[in-house]
Amino acid sequence: MKIAVCVKEVPDPTAEKRIDPDTKRLVRSGENTLNRYDRHAIEEAVRLREGAAPGAEIAVVLVAPASASRTVDKALAQGGDRSVHLADDGLSGSDIVATSRALAAVLARDSYDLIVFGQQGSDAECYVMASAVAERLARPCVTQVAALALDGSSLKVKRQVETGYETLEVSLPAVISVSDAINEPRYPSLPAIMGAKRKPHEVLSLADVGLAAGDVGVDGSRTHVSALSKPPTRGDSVKLEDDGTAAEKILAFLVERKVVA
Amino acid sequence: MEIAPPTELSQIRESVRALCAAFPGRYWRDLEPSRYPAEFVAALTRDGWLGALIPERYGGAGLSLTAASVVVEEINASGCNAGACHAQMYTMGTILRHGSEAQKERYLPPIASGELRLQAFGVTEPGAGSDTTSITTTATRTASGYVVHGQKIWTSRAEHSDLMLLLARTTPRDEVARKTEGLSTFLVDMKAARTAGTMTIRPIATMMNHATTEVFLDGVELAADALVGEEGDGFRYILDGMNAERVLIAAECVGDGRWFTQKAAAYASERVVFGRPIGANQGVQFPIAAAYAQVEAADLMRYRAAALFDQGRPCGPEAGMAKLLASEAAWAAANTCVDAHGGFGFAQEYDVERKFRETRLYKVAPVSNNLVLAYLGQHVLGMPRSY
Repeated sequence: MKIAVCVKEVPDPTAEKRIDPDTKRLVRSGENTLNRYDRHAIEEAVRLREGAAPGAEIAVVLVAPASASRTVDKALAQGGDRSVHLADDGLSGSDIVATSRALAAVLARDSYDLIVFGQQGSDAECYVMASAVAERLARPCVTQVAALALDGSSLKVKRQVETGYETLEVSLPAVISVSDAINEPRYPSLPAIMGAKRKPHEVLSLADVGLAAGDVGVDGSRTHVSALSKPPTRGDSVKLEDDGTAAEKILAFLVERKVVA
Repeated sequence: MEIAPPTELSQIRESVRALCAAFPGRYWRDLEPSRYPAEFVAALTRDGWLGALIPERYGGAGLSLTAASVVVEEINASGCNAGACHAQMYTMGTILRHGSEAQKERYLPPIASGELRLQAFGVTEPGAGSDTTSITTTATRTASGYVVHGQKIWTSRAEHSDLMLLLARTTPRDEVARKTEGLSTFLVDMKAARTAGTMTIRPIATMMNHATTEVFLDGVELAADALVGEEGDGFRYILDGMNAERVLIAAECVGDGRWFTQKAAAYASERVVFGRPIGANQGVQFPIAAAYAQVEAADLMRYRAAALFDQGRPCGPEAGMAKLLASEAAWAAANTCVDAHGGFGFAQEYDVERKFRETRLYKVAPVSNNLVLAYLGQHVLGMPRSY
């Protein structure tokens, strides 16, 4: 079984997000790391590999600057067997349309039975990359997977929806995104951290995957950010200092608005 | 010289923190007064952390001392106590640097995997204390090897170790030109010696849970290949291992200091007395900020000493200063944390009093801070010997 886990390098989530006013892009010059939602995707792939026939492998796939080697190492330490890294200066400024085109081009070079995404990126909070890539590869797609089991050549999945869960069966090859409730990712052991550097790292250029500069980056994107602004501050909020009566005040507030009877 | 914390160590920090999260304050409180944290040590062993300094060709991770120090720092910064097992990381250094190839191949792989524990270090004696060359434990030549008689004290983790690195006198003090000569290091199979009835281990109850003991050696028989390195050069080997030990202890103290300052700052920010957080008062806030600055300054010396060690350069003064500054900083932070918590600082459920007791040790062990000062005064500043 061949599994690809698509991962993303994102700015350190503990640092405040900043927008460059000139480029209107997220500032990524600080400390970057592996998108935390992708750790659930890797963990789920590792669990599938553990239950699969010998020879199953996990490729970590990413589109990121060449400097993302530390993020690649993190993903491999967590369980990936090899990495495929599309790193090309021409990718800078890619939106979802262009990034999905690049990812699909990388993924199309191999015959993966399953392509796994985390539910979202913690930088732009985008949930749609799995669907966009699946569309380009003409593969079935299930998002927000909260539980899964391999059943021969198909996957039985439980999908998290607003009203509860859907149980679906999807034939392989397929694309899924997993919710952050699907598992508790293991942190790598020291041998796994040290071993990551020795795993195969494949670094590709746009030409290697058959793309031209105009297919990605700003030219290949279909969206243009014309302006950015912070959400308006809420003017109707009330801050309570707990002097021992806060619970009563909250209850009175809720009763007044008929939230509780 | 680069003395900033290397950012590539973030993954080590994350993994160690995640492991430690499974061992919260309640776990450590329940161990008191004297139960060994076997589950915690097993988890560290399982994930390879205690083999960090053993080269990869012997089954370890081959980390630098800088990286290994981050492991113990994070353990202590998480509220856990690396003192339970830090010696498993560095005691093997004597075998690595001075042992025969046969000893390295025999012992290092099982030590790296945790199958064999070498975390007992038999040096200190009741009648010698810090005056190591005055030890009276002897290893006398026999037809097949050596026989050992004597007593050791403050031998930590002896009941939780398979092997002990032992320092014993092989040539009487009055027969050597210098008192540092005639001492030798041995690897002692503790299980065999206890089974033979020649080694007795007696736990010493202390103010914190540190599994320390006194060890009686009454005719312990050792094979000739138990000798590590050259006979008579043991004191040099022991000194040689101290720099790594001191840097690691300094890192633990930095971890403790971070735990205390963060705990104190959080409490001072949320505890409201007289209508405002107590941390809004300079009398509470400034000592916490000062302790923070002290810990951060000590941390720089820790990284400097570790970097020198990793480059194979002399680092005796820096390793000593790192341990001195970090243990003093941690102790200052501990007292500040207790002060900030008021009565709650003495309540067991806050863990402050436990960490307070644990970090106090490092002003005294593995070497007294006064001896670090004596070394600096005499050997760095050129003043007369002060002891």
